[in-house]
Amino acid sequence: MTETVNLIIDGQEVSAEQGRTLLEVAREMGKNIPTICFHDATTANALCRICVVEVEGQRVLQPACIVKAGAGMKVQTRSEKVIRARRTILEMLASTMDLSEAADIQQMMVEYGASSERFPDAERRESEVKDDNPMYVRDYSKCLLCWRCVQVCAEDAQYTFAINFDGRGFETQIGTFFDKAIPQTSCVMCGQCVGVCPTGALKPKREFLLEQGMSPSEISVMNTGRKQRKPR
Amino acid sequence: MSDIDLNPLKPAIESYIPLGRSGLLPALHAAQKIYGWLPEEVASEVAKSLRVPLADVHGVIEFYSLYYNEQVGQKFIRVCTDPACALKGADGLLKHLCKNHKVDAGQTTDDLSLTIEQSPCLGLCDQAPAALVDDDAETNISQNFRSYDIGVPQSLVYGSIRELTANCGEGTTTLAKYGEYSAYKKALSVKPEDVIAEVKASGLVGRGGAAFPTGIKWEGAAKASADQKYVICNADESEPGTFKDRVLLLDDPHRTIEGMCIAAYAIGATKGYIYIRGEYPFIVPVLEEALNEARMAGYLGERFDIEIRVGAGAYICGEETALFESIEGKRGFPRVKPPFPTTHGVFGKPTVINNVETMCNVPLIIEKGSAEYRKIGTEKSPGPKLFCVSGDVSKPGVYEVPFGVTLRELLEMAGGVTGKKALQSVLFGGAAGAFATAEHLDVRMTFEDLRAAGLPLGSGVVMVFDETRDMRDVLQRLGHFFAHESCGKCYPCQMGTQRQMEILNRVAAGKTLPDDMIRLQDVGWTMTEASLCGLGQTAASAVLSAMKLWPALFENGGGKTKSEKKSVAAKPRAASARKSVKAKAVKKTTVKKPVAKKTVKKAVKPSKPKAKKTATKKSTANKTAKKR
Repeated sequence: MTETVNLIIDGQEVSAEQGRTLLEVAREMGKNIPTICFHDATTANALCRICVVEVEGQRVLQPACIVKAGAGMKVQTRSEKVIRARRTILEMLASTMDLSEAADIQQMMVEYGASSERFPDAERRESEVKDDNPMYVRDYSKCLLCWRCVQVCAEDAQYTFAINFDGRGFETQIGTFFDKAIPQTSCVMCGQCVGVCPTGALKPKREFLLEQGMSPSEISVMNTGRKQRKPR
Repeated sequence: MSDIDLNPLKPAIESYIPLGRSGLLPALHAAQKIYGWLPEEVASEVAKSLRVPLADVHGVIEFYSLYYNEQVGQKFIRVCTDPACALKGADGLLKHLCKNHKVDAGQTTDDLSLTIEQSPCLGLCDQAPAALVDDDAETNISQNFRSYDIGVPQSLVYGSIRELTANCGEGTTTLAKYGEYSAYKKALSVKPEDVIAEVKASGLVGRGGAAFPTGIKWEGAAKASADQKYVICNADESEPGTFKDRVLLLDDPHRTIEGMCIAAYAIGATKGYIYIRGEYPFIVPVLEEALNEARMAGYLGERFDIEIRVGAGAYICGEETALFESIEGKRGFPRVKPPFPTTHGVFGKPTVINNVETMCNVPLIIEKGSAEYRKIGTEKSPGPKLFCVSGDVSKPGVYEVPFGVTLRELLEMAGGVTGKKALQSVLFGGAAGAFATAEHLDVRMTFEDLRAAGLPLGSGVVMVFDETRDMRDVLQRLGHFFAHESCGKCYPCQMGTQRQMEILNRVAAGKTLPDDMIRLQDVGWTMTEASLCGLGQTAASAVLSAMKLWPALFENGGGKTKSEKKSVAAKPRAASARKSVKAKAVKKTTVKKPVAKKTVKKAVKPSKPKAKKTATKKSTANKTAKKR
């Protein structure tokens, strides 16, 4: 029933169902194309560009997460150009934000020989931890603007529309209406943004507190306001 | 600030309510007209009225440079400091202005009477240095502001032919003077597909920068089946050095409108938009009047009508899909393509979007017939072309010539380099273009010859620099321009424009680090190859061309002596201010726009919600702290 197309990926002939993306096809072949912004649960925006591949005949590199496999396509997933682009993007990321809790990206940096010292004297996006609600904390120093949280808060899942963007360009950051604290927004504490965050920028409050060295019972005091059940 | 009277707001935004989200930008403009800025209560009321989520309204306000969510001065002066104005002393002017009013650039006076900002190119390069004072263009400003022109800018029109500019140069051409829409009438007498065939046969390609064949675009939209189609005129002219559309719209608005009518008939569109940049407020009443005339005469109405949309300070909205998003009331993020506008344009419907100059070619083609039209220009680049000549030339202005004249001929028409100095270089095609030198003087200006010479025609920018100019200063300004205008969506451009600017700052200051050349190459290459849209893909174009032409400029001490001698005004800004925008000790003055906007927003009203971005952006936090 489904139409298939034949294409060549890294010199290997492959047939794929029409409508599948290059990312899907390549992954089925066992190829490792890195992704950052891509997530199964969100609309692909092709914005991190880490999944770019070289497609013969195309003027520029193409994002594998959204480009559909086409008949006769010749694709290279790890050409020199691809590696140069991925490495530079990773190096720029490392010079911009705190990737200490982004294990996947650290792994990619090793794989692509990306140096975190590549851009000395570079401005970083730094931010104080926003701890303004009982459910999660926001540390935008770790945010790499994958947009997933904004997407799941909006049409991709919850239709809550509590968060959007501040600023633009390099100065972009996730923000709320006039910088309101989360409890003053339409946030329903569904936690989906925390679930899709790839870097630990959004973190459950309890996890955050445990990391700060608080013991479970101390946290429990915070939550309930009392140490233990009152004796009868 | 809870004493805000919301009563005047309701009638002002009433007409936008039926538009829903699409009415957001017009509603915010209307609100800002009343209050001077967009207080929280006002933004909230707009959101409620149009049924747009609060956070989304906030996101839109934050995206566009011309919206302010902190109080600004009653009077607003935006001084252009991009290359063409910088050549004429814009930095000195800004400094003078700030000193006189005892306020830093990007800030508001204590009595809230005045805000001064540095601005990206205002499209007044032929009358540099220039500023925008509220809604008026202030041009030809003398140092110390002793003399200047204010109001609607002049139209300086020259060249060897007058086809597109036949009605330009002597004020606005009313419908009575323009005459009937004879090309439109002629088009209506044949089938839509015949109109498209004629446009295809003419060889017309887009004049906005991408040079896509217009007829093919129209054909795509005509073939797409949908209940609604749109025609959009892209008048978001923001490419530094470009000002031709300003002249065409101010002096001959009916030519554009007629072109749009013909396009609408050809593809079966019933609705059109003219999206004009927010920095051209003085054109809006002219356009409104022309649209009314066209309605009265029956050219617009039930079959097809046009709405004006005014941008709000975002170069990226000249990118067609970002422009659609903006019309839809969103942040101007470019979309991934495909799908293309011809099938999925504004509101997801088939859309033809053409630049003003492209639209102006259409009546000419229909009127003359494609064969006659093709007698202008060369075989592969038929038609007339407008060039925006600015910088160090004797007679800056819009030049209409047939494709095929050489750069030398064009510069001769413009009276040559000012002050009998030698030519150093020409920025070709705009900030997203490339540099030419004297070696290129005999290149014929056609798409094919320029391509062979590695020069992009872009939007027709020809910005001239004489032998004494410090090109590092120019590059630094271009670097800053892109960092300011990147939308922030895709990583290569979002971070690449920033890193590029930082390195260019070092280059300008003569303080490069080892391997900066390689870094600049890698960043530039990555932006070009991996960015999502045309902005990122061309954000390094001029820089990369300069690296090829003048590698020594990028080495420490390279060209240093030259610049040490001159451009004293540009120097301090070059060296310290730019960097300080980001570095923690934010100095003062000359903080460029992204920060300037924040500065204004955050600094003036330190009492806003305490959650005020606790140091989200360093610069912001520092600014606030400083003010306190």
